[in-house]
Amino acid sequence: MKKLLTKFLVSILSLNLSLPAFSQKIILINGAGATFPYPLYSKWFYEYAKIDKTVNFNYQSIGSGGGIRQIIAKTVDFGATDAVMTKEQEKQAGEEILHIPMTAGAVVLIYNVPELKQQLNLSAELISGIFLGKITRWNDKKIQQENPGVNLPNKKIIVARRSDGSGTTFIFTDYLCEVSNEWKSKVGKGTSVNWPVGLGGKGNEGVAGIVKNTPYSIGYVEISYAIQNNLSYAKVKNKAGKYISPSVEAITAAIEEKAKNMPADYKVSIVNPDGEKAYPICGFTWLLVYKKQQDKQKGEKLVNFLKWAVTDGQKYCADLIYAPLPDNLVKMVLETIKKIEY
Amino acid sequence: MKNKNFADKTFFSITRIASIFCLVLIILLFLMLIKESLLAFNKFGFKFFISKVWDPVFEEYGALPFIYGTVVSSILAIIISFPLSLGIALFLSEFAGSKLKEFLSVIISLLAGIPSVIYGLWGIFVLAPILRGYVEPFLQKIFGFLPIFSGEPYGLDMLAAGIILSIMITPTISSISKDVFEAVPRSLREAALSLGATKWEMIKISVLKPAKQGIIGAVILGLGRAVGETMAVTMVIGNVHEISLSLFHPSATLASVIANEFAEATTDLYMSSLFTIGLTLFVVTIMLNIIAKFLVYSTTRKYKKLL
Repeated sequence: MKKLLTKFLVSILSLNLSLPAFSQKIILINGAGATFPYPLYSKWFYEYAKIDKTVNFNYQSIGSGGGIRQIIAKTVDFGATDAVMTKEQEKQAGEEILHIPMTAGAVVLIYNVPELKQQLNLSAELISGIFLGKITRWNDKKIQQENPGVNLPNKKIIVARRSDGSGTTFIFTDYLCEVSNEWKSKVGKGTSVNWPVGLGGKGNEGVAGIVKNTPYSIGYVEISYAIQNNLSYAKVKNKAGKYISPSVEAITAAIEEKAKNMPADYKVSIVNPDGEKAYPICGFTWLLVYKKQQDKQKGEKLVNFLKWAVTDGQKYCADLIYAPLPDNLVKMVLETIKKIEY
Repeated sequence: MKNKNFADKTFFSITRIASIFCLVLIILLFLMLIKESLLAFNKFGFKFFISKVWDPVFEEYGALPFIYGTVVSSILAIIISFPLSLGIALFLSEFAGSKLKEFLSVIISLLAGIPSVIYGLWGIFVLAPILRGYVEPFLQKIFGFLPIFSGEPYGLDMLAAGIILSIMITPTISSISKDVFEAVPRSLREAALSLGATKWEMIKISVLKPAKQGIIGAVILGLGRAVGETMAVTMVIGNVHEISLSLFHPSATLASVIANEFAEATTDLYMSSLFTIGLTLFVVTIMLNIIAKFLVYSTTRKYKKLL
């Protein structure tokens, strides 16, 4: 008993000694923004705390629009977004803000059709038709054509979509604009849009909830929500005409196509890419940082973290169904990170 | 002696500051809402309140679908809740023994204390499937010719919002009605009974009639709560920015659109439009509350004098 107690005391003492609080001050870095990459970011901050004990990250997943607003107002040290900043927003910020791509993810179409045993096939025409309210029944000829031999029920399609503004919506409507002229002129793309049809659910979990509880419904969510909730998701026909089920490999294939000629500001949309194996509804997610950091110490810590996240940190992506950045892109991003002044 | 006087005065001024703070808070809130809504109001003017378009991509904002959704869902809630609440209040004040009355009163105040997100969750997971699977198809089968029961039953719609709201406002309406009934003096009841009235006649003549204004006040307070309720409604109403006669059609309310879209309102005009909706909601609820308080007060005061 005594031995145990001594052991316990010694371990507490050594723990204390190993804490940096005695030698160095812990620096707190605040960030806010996108919910889409939140699971990955929190994993990163957790792992990074083990590597550099002098820094602590605090990330609030308030949504992409919120992240952009907060970084412009300089209430946070970094922002996070799934939709790039508009020219107007950059003007508001006054100083140069860098978009640093961290990872990419997929938006998947989830559905609840009890009769269906096989994975549903959906083409761009079908998705835009359903979300425009033009294809209204599951046994529509057009759906049947893409799913030969599948017994589709004669039921009305119930569309579910986000009621709140969201980066997920941005990626999805970006895709619809890319593949459908009618969508582009009637609805457009944005973090929230004027939906022609559909029930609105709040958050990815809201949409997943509607689809889970409503037979004959279809909706879109970030891929990890589909897997968490055990919902069926569709294969989507890509530009090359192949039906692709969303996966880490299929997202990676989509990035690789675009990474070949990536613009210097990384503001690129990766929806509807060329590759044969690419899943067509994917998007990058970015961290937003000022090129000129105000605080020398914070700036240094932030840069070190960014370097770690795009290199060693990438190994945590796949488990959470995000695609790691390809090597050539990592090199390019590291060059950009070097430009941050502090 | 002097010291004691000083303590009294200090205490008095502290409490006075605290109560003035309340008033200042409301005024500041109101001014902030006006300031933030100016941009949208200057751009759209009164058209904002009659336009049906809410399009963040093309920057066109109109609040009519939300005003409609708020009005209809709240009225629906009152229609469902009013008879129920009146029954509860009458039973408690006229029939229940003192022990049962105490017990039921606690239960009712418990209902009022449940966080609205819990009602919302119950709405999504229990109420909506029941409505979609049984209640709505049944209503449609019998009353399908009526436009209010037309369309596809989703379960997440105006009817679900109305039902959730009615449950949430029942404690408010019933407990205030009960207080109003109890404010009516015993002597009025005894007079009716001594003239040979039955129990039902007595309630009609010496409880309901004198308490009429107070009941209306209670209903309006309930209405105020229904109008401003956010979370539970957002979760069950379906969040569609359209106006439809059918109760089976999803809708949206002033409060739900703010809850949904505030975090991602990226442009100044978008933000300002949401503030204008907030201002509308603020004015409507304050007006409803003032009217209700006045009505309840006038009933209870009338009989206090009699006593």
